[in-house]
Amino acid sequence: MSNTITFSIDGKEIECKAGRTILDAAEENGIYIPRLCHRKGVSPHGSCRVCTVIANGKPMAACTTPVTPGMVVENDAEEVTAMRKAIIEMLFVEGNHFCMFCEKSGNCELQALAYRFGIAAPRYPYLFPHREIDFGHPDVFIDHNRCILCARCIRTSREIDGKEVLGFVERGPRKKVAANAEHGLRETEIAVGDEAMAACPVGALMPKHVGYQVPIGKREFDHEPIGSDIEKEAKASTK
Amino acid sequence: MSKPKIATASLAGCFGCHMSLLDIDERILDLVELVDFDKSPINDLKKFTGKVQIGLIEGGCSTDENVQVLRDFRRHCEILISVGDCATQGGIPAMRNTVPLLECLEEAYCNGPTVYNPSGAIPNDPEVPLLLDKVYPCHEVVKIDYFLPGCPPSADTLFQAIVALLKNEPVDLPYELIKYD
Ligand code: SF4
Ligand code: FES
Repeated sequence: MSNTITFSIDGKEIECKAGRTILDAAEENGIYIPRLCHRKGVSPHGSCRVCTVIANGKPMAACTTPVTPGMVVENDAEEVTAMRKAIIEMLFVEGNHFCMFCEKSGNCELQALAYRFGIAAPRYPYLFPHREIDFGHPDVFIDHNRCILCARCIRTSREIDGKEVLGFVERGPRKKVAANAEHGLRETEIAVGDEAMAACPVGALMPKHVGYQVPIGKREFDHEPIGSDIEKEAKASTK
Repeated sequence: MSKPKIATASLAGCFGCHMSLLDIDERILDLVELVDFDKSPINDLKKFTGKVQIGLIEGGCSTDENVQVLRDFRRHCEILISVGDCATQGGIPAMRNTVPLLECLEEAYCNGPTVYNPSGAIPNDPEVPLLLDKVYPCHEVVKIDYFLPGCPPSADTLFQAIVALLKNEPVDLPYELIKYD
């Protein structure tokens, strides 16, 4: 059996190694599938559903679904875009995302996705939940107002940093990231140089003493939509 | 034919969005070629003179007065636009939304570390607008036709959107003009 398989995304024939997820196979071929909980180098989580595509007629998470031979994937389709937008808007109203004073603004993946999809305002009513901030650690804090429960910090800390400092507690609307210690982050081994710190897509798990280091205009998503790097690589290689 | 009219208001905002409108610099001369200003803090006109084509709302609704003004704008404006993060999302004033209203008032007028208020009373004069239970983005109060986020939206964002609407063109803002900060 050959270990390359052929499938299609938006009608374009694509070859990839067997066992690849739709998201990875697409990316290797210069097609960006929006994602939020997925982070290269750690195990996929499949929880945010921003990467939803239609695979053989069904909505599937591209970051966890392996490609099968002949699979027909729709990524750039109205129905798919509508689902993704709805998810992003829900994430905005579900937490307290005050971009105007967030240190992550301009480098935030949630915000960048909203920009990419041209969302001017969410259609859903804001919930304004009451959430805490764990500010007890000398170098690191978690602002739960901004946390989108992607588990990127949890997985990265465990799989890359080799620490057991973070985990989820509670369920449903009360679910949150918690430090694996009685009195919060300050009693854990988390360090500001941990890969977990770089893993948070939003301004939730953040270093102290940094603030607004990069001026407006020079931040990651100021001029180009998220995913442009992947799409550009494709254009460059077809030239 | 008379020029179309534009009206503006600042509800629970900081006037930053209005400042950004002034930031269009000399293009304001192009703008007054295209429109007349009706009720607006820019010309200090307090009442609508009639129907207007475009209403710009800065700020969300924090008080009963904000709601009245917003409804008045909805009645008078053909196109109503939420301008800025406070109008579109509640913004900084909405930070009080996670704290019960009574606690907010007690902190502001009784318990805050810098408060000097010997009577200990929370102001309750009929002249003072009543606070709502929380701050609402404008589209949760009336129908809003367009949203221009930003804190504030840049002068380019405001200018391009207004000119497009006045020329009956689609408001198709480029990537760099839709920002939340
Ligand atoms: S703190 Fe950041 S990385 Fe961790 S779950 Fe929340 S949003 Fe995700
Ligand atoms: S990126 Fe696939 S579910 Fe979050």
